[in-house]
Amino acid sequence: MLKILVILIDMNVDRITEKLNILADAAKYDVSCASSGSKRKNENKGLGNASNGICHSYTEDGRCVSLLKILLTNHCIFDCAYCVSRKSNDIKRAAFTVQEVIDLTINFYRRNYIEGLFLSSGIFKDADYTMERLVQVAKKLRTENNFNGYIHLKTIPGASDELMREAGLYADRLSVNLEMPTEAGLKLLAPDKKRQDMIDPMSFLKKEIIQRTEEKKLFKKAPLFAPAGQSTQVIIGATPENDSEILQTANHYYKNFNLKRVYYSGYVPVLADKRLPGLNTAVPMVRENRLYQADWLMRFYGFKVNEIVNTEQPLLDLDIDPKLGWAIRNMHAFPVDINISDIQMILRVPGVGLLSAQKIISARKFGRLNWEQLKAIGVALNRAKYFITCKSNSFEKRDLTGTKIKQFILAESQSKYLKNQQNQLSIF
Amino acid sequence: MTRLIYDGTFEGLLTAVFEIYERKLNYINLQKIGVASTAMFEDVINVITDNGRASRVLNGLKKKLSANGVQRVYIAHMSEIENDENNIVGFIRHVFDAGRNIEEDYGNRFVLRISEIMVMMRREKHRMEAFIRFQKLKDETYYAVIEPDFNVLPLLIRHFRSRYADQKWMIYDIKRNYGLYYDLHDTEFISMEFSEAKSATDVKASFNGDEEVYQHLWKNYFKSVNIASRKNTKLHVRHIPKRYWKHLTEKI
Repeated sequence: MLKILVILIDMNVDRITEKLNILADAAKYDVSCASSGSKRKNENKGLGNASNGICHSYTEDGRCVSLLKILLTNHCIFDCAYCVSRKSNDIKRAAFTVQEVIDLTINFYRRNYIEGLFLSSGIFKDADYTMERLVQVAKKLRTENNFNGYIHLKTIPGASDELMREAGLYADRLSVNLEMPTEAGLKLLAPDKKRQDMIDPMSFLKKEIIQRTEEKKLFKKAPLFAPAGQSTQVIIGATPENDSEILQTANHYYKNFNLKRVYYSGYVPVLADKRLPGLNTAVPMVRENRLYQADWLMRFYGFKVNEIVNTEQPLLDLDIDPKLGWAIRNMHAFPVDINISDIQMILRVPGVGLLSAQKIISARKFGRLNWEQLKAIGVALNRAKYFITCKSNSFEKRDLTGTKIKQFILAESQSKYLKNQQNQLSIF
Repeated sequence: MTRLIYDGTFEGLLTAVFEIYERKLNYINLQKIGVASTAMFEDVINVITDNGRASRVLNGLKKKLSANGVQRVYIAHMSEIENDENNIVGFIRHVFDAGRNIEEDYGNRFVLRISEIMVMMRREKHRMEAFIRFQKLKDETYYAVIEPDFNVLPLLIRHFRSRYADQKWMIYDIKRNYGLYYDLHDTEFISMEFSEAKSATDVKASFNGDEEVYQHLWKNYFKSVNIASRKNTKLHVRHIPKRYWKHLTEKI
């Protein structure tokens, strides 16, 4: 009897392991892994809380592992060219039961492996049917298991407002993937998906979040509604959009839908398709990184999208970061005097980050700062020195052109990217 | 140069500051007992910890700094980073010698050093919050072993209490040989006698029934989410330095 039980448990473990392998593998191309921005407290001595976000591990490609990121199922009625789970792809299919997802989440969470659950799914039957299952998992975790950890639910395009409302009550974050930066790109690669089906739930959530936040101000007891807001993802390099189009799209969604994050996912060639880059194409990792840097400049450094990319400058430099790129195109704005300029301008100096800028503003109240102090504070002088003056008689006195400065900086720095590119080239 | 030797406690450090002012010392070198080595032609003062004197210095700090600023001094000392006592004393002297609150005077090397130590402590605390891996034991206690670079265990109480309120847990620092135990009601510091160093780490014999299953599933999950074509070992190791691997279920 005991032996049979052991065998049954083993079989069960093998089955769950296989499902987990398939459904985690299929979910990994969604790059979002944020677990921050929520403010869910542990109530009634329950399990977990969600606030600042923690990366509990990192994959060998250096990406954060914060959430148990899985698909409920990889069965899908759609045939999107870029997606491993597409209908016409001959792969193993699997599906979790609601209870299996709950057990995995709770047990991983209790061992401090994860911050919570990121649940997405292939679309089976129709949008509402799929969305309903996702909501059910979140609801059970919250109501039956007293789970207060982070939950990120993927919004299935075309799901009804009613389900979206319920999702918002249990999840911390909701996201609809735009997939392709432009509608034309989407039409080409995902003929089953419509842009409008993605925009509708986004606008619904935006309105609902605003309304609920107002309510929460008036009634403290009002329930949380998607406290970590919504995000989206666009795939980079599968279609020919340039950086300007991508960043304009991102800017549009930040502005009009109050998105917390736009993720840029460098296309990993997994499928052979005439419409897609070949299977041996390198993942555009440098470009992806430059897009994130540009995104940061827009969100934290006060840059307007048109200052970073525009019709004359549709592509981001791959060899230098976008802030340095802006600076050498705008030499007339420099040099900046570190001891008197306002923080907005200091933030625009290449080599000065958010923390250093704040430290500079605090420290200069006690006395004018010199090169040594700036270095100690954390300013990257190898870049900053061409653009600033401080309490010192030595500063860049030559009238250097932007191009010259770029040459100097590149000659001094050991760019991780230059090396990477050479490696990539030598493979083919 | 006067060498001051103290007992390693925070009160001891504050008493030393009191003596520095009382004796009008200028060039000093403060060292923890045991670390100190004596040199010839040097004045040596053995600081005897005095709670009354210590609290007078502490009160002085409270008057000239924000609550946060005072806490920084305390945490900097708690870090137990060797030979940083003199920077802490330098900071305190700068506080007392200045006419206004100097805690954001980052142009000053002591202020900057304290803020660096804060960054190091915060990073280590955050790493522990991330990298602790509990193992469920037969008595339903979730048990983890850590070896942090700095003494951050006391800073972990709040996070783990509010997160794991409904399970018993224990976090044990085997480098400093003390731990933190939560019994569903209170958290307390504990210290255990292990027959061998190994027995603190290897608790397989006491595993709860499903522990190995979930460790197995987690390892599998970790492998499945990797994207081989994006491999970037340098970045990987920067995020999880190798010294943490031995306690990470997915890296063992």
